[in-house]
Amino acid sequence: MDIIIASFLEDSIVPKFNYWIYVILMMIGLYAMITKNNLIKKLIGMAIFQTAIILLYVSVGVKADANIPIISHHGEKDHVEHAQNENLDSASEASSHHGSKKEHHVIDKNKFANPLPHVLMLTAIVVGVSTLGLALAISQKVHGSFGTLEEDEILDQLRPGGYD
Amino acid sequence: MTDHLPILLLLSPLFGALVCVLFGKGNSKNAWIVSMISLGISSILSVFLLLKVLSIKAGDIRYRMGGWDPSSGYEVGIELRIDILAALIVLAVTLVGFINTIYSKTRVPAEVGEKGPFFYALIQLLIVGLCGIIMTNDAFNLYVLIEITSLTSYALIAMGNRRAALSSFNYVIMGTIGASFYLLGVGYLYIKTGTLNIDDIHTYLENENLWTSQSIIVAFILIMLGVWTKMALFPLHGWLPNAYSYAPSMTGTFMAPLMTKVMVYVMIRVMLWLFGADFVYSEDSVWSELIVWMSVVAIVAGSFLALARNDIKKMLTYLIIAEVGYMVGGAWLNSLTGQAGAFYHILSDAAMTFCLFIAASIVIIRTGESRLNAFDGLFRKMPLTMIGFTIGGLSMIGLPPTCGFFSKWYLISGGIESGHWEFVVALLFSSLINAVIFFKIFERAYFGKIKGIKEEVSVADIDMIPAEGIKSVPASMLIPLFISALSVLILGIMNKNLFSWISNALKMING
Repeated sequence: MDIIIASFLEDSIVPKFNYWIYVILMMIGLYAMITKNNLIKKLIGMAIFQTAIILLYVSVGVKADANIPIISHHGEKDHVEHAQNENLDSASEASSHHGSKKEHHVIDKNKFANPLPHVLMLTAIVVGVSTLGLALAISQKVHGSFGTLEEDEILDQLRPGGYD
Repeated sequence: MTDHLPILLLLSPLFGALVCVLFGKGNSKNAWIVSMISLGISSILSVFLLLKVLSIKAGDIRYRMGGWDPSSGYEVGIELRIDILAALIVLAVTLVGFINTIYSKTRVPAEVGEKGPFFYALIQLLIVGLCGIIMTNDAFNLYVLIEITSLTSYALIAMGNRRAALSSFNYVIMGTIGASFYLLGVGYLYIKTGTLNIDDIHTYLENENLWTSQSIIVAFILIMLGVWTKMALFPLHGWLPNAYSYAPSMTGTFMAPLMTKVMVYVMIRVMLWLFGADFVYSEDSVWSELIVWMSVVAIVAGSFLALARNDIKKMLTYLIIAEVGYMVGGAWLNSLTGQAGAFYHILSDAAMTFCLFIAASIVIIRTGESRLNAFDGLFRKMPLTMIGFTIGGLSMIGLPPTCGFFSKWYLISGGIESGHWEFVVALLFSSLINAVIFFKIFERAYFGKIKGIKEEVSVADIDMIPAEGIKSVPASMLIPLFISALSVLILGIMNKNLFSWISNALKMING
C-alpha cells in the first residue's frame, strides 16, 4: 500500500503539482459559486476560480534556470549590462556564463522564461477585475432594491408574486 | 481603403461608444444620433465586406492587426479572418444593431432615463465585441472578445428593474464559469501546441498527429462546455430566460436574436476550423451521437417549457432555448446539409427572434400586461403590430414562405442524410408545439374580448413599466418591426442562394 501511494506521489503529484494546485483552487471557487447563499461569497468564489486559471497559465511559462525574458545584448558593448542581468539569477548560472561569451548573438530560448502566458494573463486579470467590479456594482443594485444580499431572502421576497 | 474594411467596421462603433460617454451629458437624443451614424457606417461597411468576400474566389480575407507578418510559418500577431459565413453573420449583427437603435429611440428615454448615453455606449461596445468574435482568428483574442460582450451584456441587463439586476447577477456567475472553461481549454491547447492562432493550432495538431492526446480531448470538452454555457444549451440554460425577459425592452430585442447565435457560430468555428471535422466526427468518439441526443433533449424540453409559460417574453426565451438545440444538433449531425442548415438557421433565427421580440415588446408596453391575455382582441386594435407578430410566429412554426420553413427543411434533410431520426422527430415535434403556442395566441388576438387597461395592480406587476395605452404605435417602433418581418420573408425567398454560398464555404473546410 505504501508503495502504491509513494509511486502515485512520485508519478502524478510531484511532477504535476502545479496542475493539482490549480484544479483544487478551481474546485474551491466553483463550489463557492454554486453553493453559497450570499452573493458576495459567490463573487469571492468567482475570484478564486479565475485566479486558479491564471495560476495555470503562469506556471506554464516557467522554465528551470531561465531568466526574465529581456534581451539586452545585441553587441559586445552591451555585455556588462547583460552580466548584471545574469547575476540576478542563480550563482551556478553566473559561473557557466563566462564560457559561452562568444555565442551571445544567438538567443538561446532555454535561457528565457516564456513571456506569452504572462502577457495573456495580464489581459485575463484585467477582464477578471472588471467582471468583479461590475458584479459588485450589480450586487449593490440588488441590495438597494431588496435590502439583503442573501439569495434565499431575495427569493422569498419575489415568491409572493406567484410567477417566475 | 478596402484592405482595412474589417478593422474600420470594428472601429466605427468603438469610437461611437467613446463619443457617447464623453459628450452624451445625459442627453439620449445626441447619443442616439451618434450611434445611428456609427452603426450605419459599420452596416454599410459590412455590406461592402460581404460583396468583397463574394467577389474573391479564394475563400477568405485575412487582415493582420498592426501588420505583423508571420515568422517562420506561424502567425505572431492577432489575425482577422473573414469568409462568407463570417461576413453574413457580421452583416446580420450590424444590421440588427442598427435597426434596434431605431427601435430604441423612444424606449431609451422611457426606460433608462438619463442613463441613455451609457446605454448607447454599451450597445455599441457589444456590437464591437460580437463582430470581433465572428472575425477573429486567434483563440485567446476570442476569449477576450467573449468577455467584452459578456461584460457589456451584464451591464445592459442590469439597467432594467430589480429582478433584472438579480438575473444579471446570475448571468455573471454562469457567464464567468463558461468563459473560464473556454479559457482553460485554450490554455491546454496552448500548452500542447505553443500557438494561439486557430489555423496554426489546427496545422500543428494535424502535423504532430495529436488527435488521441488526452490533453487535446480535455481541451475540446472544456471549450465545448464553456461555449454551451454561453449559448444556453438546455441543461446550462438557467440564466437565459430571466435575463432576457427582465432586461429593458431594447436590450432584450438586441440580445435575444444575437448573443446565443454568435456563440453557436463560435462553436462551429471551434469544431470545424480549430479541431477539424475528422476529429470532431471521428468514429471512435462517442460524443457525436451523445450531443445530437443532448440537442434533442434541448429541443423537446425548450418547447415544453415554452408551452407551459404564461408570460409572453418568458415563452419566447424558452423558444430560443429550443432553437439553440436545433443549431447545436444540426452542427453535430456530421452531414454537410445539417451544418449548412445550422448556419442558415443562425441567420433566420436572428431575423425571426428579432421580429417576435419587437412585436412582443410593443404589445407589453402598450397593454401594460406581460401575460398572454395581453393579446386579447389585438388584431382589431393593433393590426400592424399583429401582422409583424404573425409573420414571426409563422416562421417559428415553419410555414413555407418564411425562412423558418427552409431552415427546418435543411436541418431535417441533414438529419435524414446522417440517419439521426431522433433529431428529425424532435424537430417535427417542436414545430407542432410551436404551432400550438402561436395559434393559441392568434386565436386570442382574433376572437378575444378587448379589455381596457387594467386598474388593479397585483404584486407581480410592481416591476412592470407603466402601460402607455393602446394608442397608435410610434413609427420608430413599427419600422423596425416591418424591416425584421420583411427580412424573415426575404431570407426565406433567398434561401437557395444563401444555402449554396454557405455549403460552398463549408465544403472548403470539410475537404
